[in-house]
This record gives sequence, structure tokens and C-alpha cells, in this order.
Amino acid sequence: MSDTQRWVRTARCEEIPLREGRSVRLADRDIAIFNLGDRFLAVENRCPHKGGPLSEGIVSGATVVCPLHTWKVSLETGNVVSPADNLACVKAFRTSVEAGVILIDLPAESAEGQINVLCDERSRSTPWTAPLPSADTGAAKSCR
Amino acid sequence: MDESTGKSNGNAKRERLVVVGNGMAGVACIEQILKHARKFDITIFGDETHVNYNRIMLSSVLAGEKSADEIVLNSLEWYEQNGIHLRLGVRVTDVDPDRKTVTGNDGSVTPFDKLLLATGSSPLIPSLHWVKKEGVYVFRSLDDTRALLERARPGTKAVVIGGGLLGLEAARGLQVQGCDVTVVHLMDRLMERQLDVTGGAYLKAKMECMGVKVLVSRSTTEVLGNGKAEGVAFKEGASIEADFVVVAAGIRPNTELGRKAGLQVNRGIVVNDYMETSHPAIFAVGECVEHKGMCYGLVAPLFEQGKVLAATITGNKGPIYAGTVLAAKLKIMGVGVFSAGDFNEKAAGTDAVTYEDPALGIYKKLTLRDGKLAGVILVGDTSDSHRYMDWLRSQTDLTSMRRQLLFPSPVADAGLDTAEMPDHETVCGCLGVTKGSIIQAIHEKGINTLAQLKECTRASTGCGSCTALCQQLLKAVAPEFQEETRKILCKCVPFAEDNLREILRSQKLRSVQEVLDIYGNGLGCEVCKPALSYMMDMIWCGDHDEDRSARFINDRVHANIQKDGTFSVVPRIRGGVTSAAELRRIADVAEKYNVPMVKITGSQRIDLLGVQKSDLPKIWADLGMPSGQAYTKGVRMVKTCVGTDFCRYGVQDSTSAGIELERRLENLYTPHKVKMGAVGCPRNCAEATVKDIGIVGQEGSWQVVVGGSAGKSVRKADLLITVVTTEEALAAAELFFQYYRETANYLERTYGFVERLGIEKVRKETVYAPDAVRHGLLERLHKSKALAPDAWLERDTPRHPTQFVQIEPIERISL
Repeated sequence: MSDTQRWVRTARCEEIPLREGRSVRLADRDIAIFNLGDRFLAVENRCPHKGGPLSEGIVSGATVVCPLHTWKVSLETGNVVSPADNLACVKAFRTSVEAGVILIDLPAESAEGQINVLCDERSRSTPWTAPLPSADTGAAKSCR
Repeated sequence: MDESTGKSNGNAKRERLVVVGNGMAGVACIEQILKHARKFDITIFGDETHVNYNRIMLSSVLAGEKSADEIVLNSLEWYEQNGIHLRLGVRVTDVDPDRKTVTGNDGSVTPFDKLLLATGSSPLIPSLHWVKKEGVYVFRSLDDTRALLERARPGTKAVVIGGGLLGLEAARGLQVQGCDVTVVHLMDRLMERQLDVTGGAYLKAKMECMGVKVLVSRSTTEVLGNGKAEGVAFKEGASIEADFVVVAAGIRPNTELGRKAGLQVNRGIVVNDYMETSHPAIFAVGECVEHKGMCYGLVAPLFEQGKVLAATITGNKGPIYAGTVLAAKLKIMGVGVFSAGDFNEKAAGTDAVTYEDPALGIYKKLTLRDGKLAGVILVGDTSDSHRYMDWLRSQTDLTSMRRQLLFPSPVADAGLDTAEMPDHETVCGCLGVTKGSIIQAIHEKGINTLAQLKECTRASTGCGSCTALCQQLLKAVAPEFQEETRKILCKCVPFAEDNLREILRSQKLRSVQEVLDIYGNGLGCEVCKPALSYMMDMIWCGDHDEDRSARFINDRVHANIQKDGTFSVVPRIRGGVTSAAELRRIADVAEKYNVPMVKITGSQRIDLLGVQKSDLPKIWADLGMPSGQAYTKGVRMVKTCVGTDFCRYGVQDSTSAGIELERRLENLYTPHKVKMGAVGCPRNCAEATVKDIGIVGQEGSWQVVVGGSAGKSVRKADLLITVVTTEEALAAAELFFQYYRETANYLERTYGFVERLGIEKVRKETVYAPDAVRHGLLERLHKSKALAPDAWLERDTPRHPTQFVQIEPIERISL
């Protein structure tokens, strides 16, 4: 896949109900897309704890709670928010919306090794200093 | 009140101190005086017939959050123990400053050596003609509150004149009582003395969001109606209808006695910094006084003045009253408004720092002068009010903190926040209690409970808004702190669950998001969302906005999620009785969909495990059996034995009874799962005595038992009742079932519930309740049941097109 093909037309906005998630398979990745009302966010659909399907979780603000053991994952950064001080994370993808279609920025490299890794360098940003993502992009990939 | 006068010790040498006014100011001052010295023979006159109560909590009484008993500040025993002559229901009509006597409206003449006027204030009535009409009320006393509660019937139209603190609190209280409320305000914004234009707009939006109508810039000229209020008319033209009208347009100090005593009186009775009036033997305190041109109508000044006056009057003259930095807090659940100091940013040399989040309804504004805080407005989030109040009082130089004024540096947890508070910082703004004095009291007096802390320091006995802070301090410092407040559901919606159920009902809230927006943080989480979803369904029986995003995944797709993300399917097999045809269909489904595991459950049912989400609707259709609700907090099953049909010991037909019980309750949701059992004899083969509800057949009767468990906890069920007929047994089970649905906290199993309440209380409120109560329970149960469909029918009418569907990407990519 070349760099020009990174943004992938993935799902129609109306396919994802408000404050819910749905999973979509893109190549070898299972991606969870969430409708937060004012924006769509996407993360890898595998909880870093035991691989639970994040797309089936309850959305709490800009986080999702894994349905298996209630780990809480930020949809903006992919970082695990709860349990606290847990450095695991999932991959977060940029998103944008064009003509009612959600596009996902799929980086060229494979998904291997992206989960269940410790991300020491990731910034532990606080809610009031974190830059608010604009309406058409998800948050940056802090977990790389 | 002869019980208190009987305790007079008749010591003639004691100075006689007469207090006119049995309200918060007068009594708080006496409390302070008693701390100094017990040198006075004290008589208190109160024209109300109640002991001293917390007047600022009247809005909570009106809103049904507190009972009249709960807001009492000083009980009759307190007066008695302190040897105070209490003269309730007597209005003092005259003062003779030369003879030093006061005259009561009962004709009594009481001599004094020192007189304390604490006469408070009265509602300001723009036109006296208004109050002559029936249906026009004021909101000042406990009696006023009771009259309003009497009048406030659901559906009646109420107009509140005045959009200040009192008016808004009255409006909200009436609305909670079910009235259709309109607030009419003269000025262009609500609470104009405490809020700027933006803050007023945020508050208006919040009130309107709660369902209170707000009209600003309306000058009320007349209460319409002949002898009885029918509406109000405005100077600007037009009018609105009303069944009754509440006038909350302000207060005026009660100064009549001051005038009669010949004291210097302007708007209020004039006092100096020592709280002395122009007469050496007469003192005044509270809302009736004027100090340096200011008359106060809030609670904090009363206590500050009381402390000074107590020193002066006991011969310890020295401390002076320097005026109060006014802080106002609106006491409406779910609407945080805090205002203090001078928030006018147009004054020379003033900077304003503001923050707005219109979506969350949060507005904050700080005004700074010379690097110091001059004023603060908080709407929607008042959690930092104590910090700002401290900056305001201490006049801390904030130059170095300019970047963090609105956002404190992050702390790991809330406990740390209290640890970082300096000792001199005020915790209770109403009574001026600092963190240091609270901690000192906890250590020195061995305080462990909030009640003891209140008793000892009086902290949190004013408006109550610092209760959480006091508890945090107790938790951090007191060795054996026991939390005594009811547990809140979750920090997203910080209310106890019974409180929330009441809010949902009275506020007619029909969506989870609405509750979160009005009463919570607008976000919600995995704890509160399912709990609120349950409450919605239980209270509105389907007549609500069912929001699947607030449900756990199991309740979105009606199947139990497994560790690998597949689901399990358990069809309903009532009473564990199935047929060859059903078993054949189950077997066919297992083969057709390659179900990895078919298992007999502990509940006499069959579980198909490892099913893909997208196969669920097809499997349900092929099975042709209803949902067994094995995935949800709802009615699981009734386990039965073979009863009289085949068993040689059976004395009751437990199989039929169990199947009928399951039919009556199936498809309903409950606070936690409900497992039931029906056995035909005391041998208890289907283990009914360790089920949430069990019916145990005996020769000629049934025992209905509740609160049993054989899971994480093992508990033998308590006997609810013994009855003769099967129908009576089923009805008793239904009563308990609905009572549990309405009363238990979410995720509270019946065993915890019964243990918490005690079986006696459960019996009294179910099977032994008055007819009307029992009928009500059954009626609500049957209504819910009639509106509760088999969840698996959503296979034909999904809630959302992608409820069970795996979304295929629009654009296919290859690696």
C-alpha cells in the first residue's frame, strides 16, 4: 500500500449509532469506530488486557470501557486510562468524514507488535492540557 | 413553652438577656455567648412556633429532599439543657428602652438588662393588594413552605415572581412537586446581583433545560383574579395564567422594634463594628441590622456578626466585625452556581479571566485587581469555590499563578486536594470554619462521624455545600471514620439511587442522557449508564427513550458476551420442562451454525456457546423460543422439581406453579439477576431455599421464601409468608419481586437487599402492607409486564440497522 492510499473509506456515518462503537475489518486489522456525536474516533478493536472487543464497550466521554473486564481506554490516544498507571495502549487512528463516509488513516506498516506493548514514552496528558482534536481528525498516534 | 421555663434557676444576680427572634442569627449568637460565659438568664422570643431551624434549607424541604425534622438546628432539649426560656409563638410588639422591658402580643411584659434584636427580615411585597388574594404566597418560613407543599399539586400552574436565589430555589422546588413553573424576573438576567450577563444566560439555559420557564425583563404590575390569583400581568403588556403565585422579590429588614426603641435606623438597625446599636443595652444581629451601609441577606454574615456580638456582650469587647465578603451559592440539585466579590470587569485596572463550555453548561469568570482576586462567578461547576473564596478572603497575590487560575495543577486524587489545602483555608463558608479547626477538633475530640463534627464545629450545618469536603477531611484524618451518607450511584451522577429514582419520576426524565446532562457530568460511565437505563425501564415501563448506548453489550444484542467476543444463547425453557420438538430444534441449530459447545446449565436450561453476533437473529428465529434472559439483570428462570406429577413424595404441583411463576415474571428487568425455584415438598430438590425467590410446597400450604443465594454468597432464604393456595403463593412472590425492582439499588442481589432492609420491613411493605400498597405494587408490575416484549423479537425489528450486522468496509484494501 502506497502512502497515497492511506486514507481508507470505511463506513457510513449512519451505520454507527450515537455513543456506540462498531468494528470494521481492514486488511489484517480489526478497527473499532465510535460515534461521539461531534466526531468519530477509531482505535484497534482489541483491549490490551485480554483482547476484548472494545467496539462493544460503553462509551464514557472520549473513552470506552471494555466489556470483558472494564478496562478503560482513551479513544483519542489509545492509552489505557483505567486501571490507572497502566502503560498499555492500543493503536489510535486518525479519522475524517467526507460526504457522510468515515475515512480512516491506515498507516502503511503492519499491525504486528502494536498491542500489548509498554509505551513508556507516551505522554500522560491531563484533561485540561490535552489539545482538543478538531472535528475531522482523531488524536495523534501517541502509541507508536 | 412551659417545659423550658420550669428549669429557671432563679438566680437573681444573673443579668437578664432577652432575645427577640428565634431564628438562625439569634440562636447562633446565643451559642457563641454560651461559649464565652454562662452569665445570663436568657429568654428567647420567637413568633414562629418552631424551634430554630435551618432557614436556608427550606428550599430542600420544598424540593422534597429533606423533611422539616431534618433541618432542625436546635432541639427543645438544647434550649432546656442551656436553661433558656423559650417563648414560641409570641411576637414582641413593643420595646421600652427606659424601663427596659419588652411587651409580647400575649400581653406579657418581660424585663431585660440586655436586649438582643435578631428580628430578621420579611419578604418584600411590591403591592400589598397582591397578598390579599387567595393563592398568593411568600417563601420565607417553614409554615410558608408547608403551605406551598400543600398547594403544589402536579399539573398546577405556578408563577414565581423574582429570579434571585430564593425565587429560583422556590421555582425548582415547586417543579419537583410536579407544578408547571414560570419564573418572572424584573431584570434582564437571573440573579443579577450575583451574575454577569453571560452567567445569567448559562443559568437561564440550565433552568429551562430542567423544565422551568423563565421570563426576564418583565415587570409584574398586577396579580390577576377577583379575590383569587388567576395569573399575573406585565407592564410590557400581555399576561400569563397561574393557579397560584409565589412572591420572592426580595427581603426587607424588620426594623419596627428598633424604631420603637428609638434606635438609629436607616434601612436596617444601625450597628457599629462591635454590633452595638445606638442604645447601650440594646444589640442587634443578623438580617435586621445595617453595618457600614450594608444589609445582608445571606447566612455567612450572621455567624461572623454573632461571634463579635458574643464577645462584646459578655464583656470581652475587642473583636470587630469588618463586614463580610459575600458569597452566594444556589442550592438547586444539578445546578451549580457560585458567586462572590465584585465581578465587574469594567472597573479600572480589572482583568477578567473566563472559561466557557456551552455544551457542558460551564462558565467561570474571575476578576483580578492588582494581581489579587476581586470576584468570582462559577456556573455549572462549583467544585473549586472554596479555593477562590480563600483567595478572595486572604487577598493572595496570584501573579505567579496566572496560568493556573481556572485549572489547578492536576492532583492524583481528590484526597490530595484536601491535603494541599492550607490550614487557614475556610471549609465551611457559612459558619466560617477553617480546615485547621476541623482537624484540631477531629484530633482533640476524637471525632469519627460527620454528625459529631457538625455538633462540635457546626461545620456544614449551613447550606451544606461543604459536606463532601468535611467528609474528605474526616476520611483523611479520623482514625475510625464511618461514612454515613447514603452511597451515591457514581461520581458521574452524585446522587443516591433512591434519590435518582425520585428525580426521574418527579422530573419526568425519560432518557439516560437527559439525566446525565442535567444532574451529572454529561458523560456517564459503565457504572451509572446501565443503572440509569434500568431505572428508566422500571419507572416508565417502556414509555421512555431506550438508549442502547447506555446498555451493556449483553443488553444491546440480548446474548452473553464470552471471553473471545462470541456470544452464548440460552432459550427460555420454563420450569426446565422441554419437549422432543424443542430439543430437536436446538440440536439442528447447534449443527447448522457450528456451535462449538452445547451445555446443560445449572438452571435446568441449555446453553449454546461460541455464537457469532451476526448469527444471533437467525438462531433465535430457527429456535422459535423466547429469550431466557441468561445475559441480563433480569428474570432468569424458575427451577422446579417434578412435584406431584411423578414424584411419590410431592405434595404440591411445583412444576405447574414454577412454570406459571416464570410466565408471570419473564422478560422483566431487575436490579440484579433473579433466580427462582419451586419445590413440591420440603426435600427441596430444586433448591428453592437458596434462590432469590422460592416457593416450597408443604402439605396444604406453600412457604414463600426470599433472599436466598448459592453463588458468591451462600444464604438460606428468609420466610416471607406461608399461604394456602398456589395463587396466593404466586401473588406473594409477585409482590416481593416488584418491591425489589422498585426499592433495591442496581446490582444489589436479593440476599443483600433483604439483609439490608431486614425481613420484617420487607414483610411489612409487601405481603403485610395495606391493601392500597399491595394493589399498587401488583398494578405496576402488571403494567410493566404487559409492556415487556420478548427481547429476541428484535431479530425482526432491530433497534438499529447494524445492531447485529458486521459492517463491511466500503473500500477494500489489500496488504
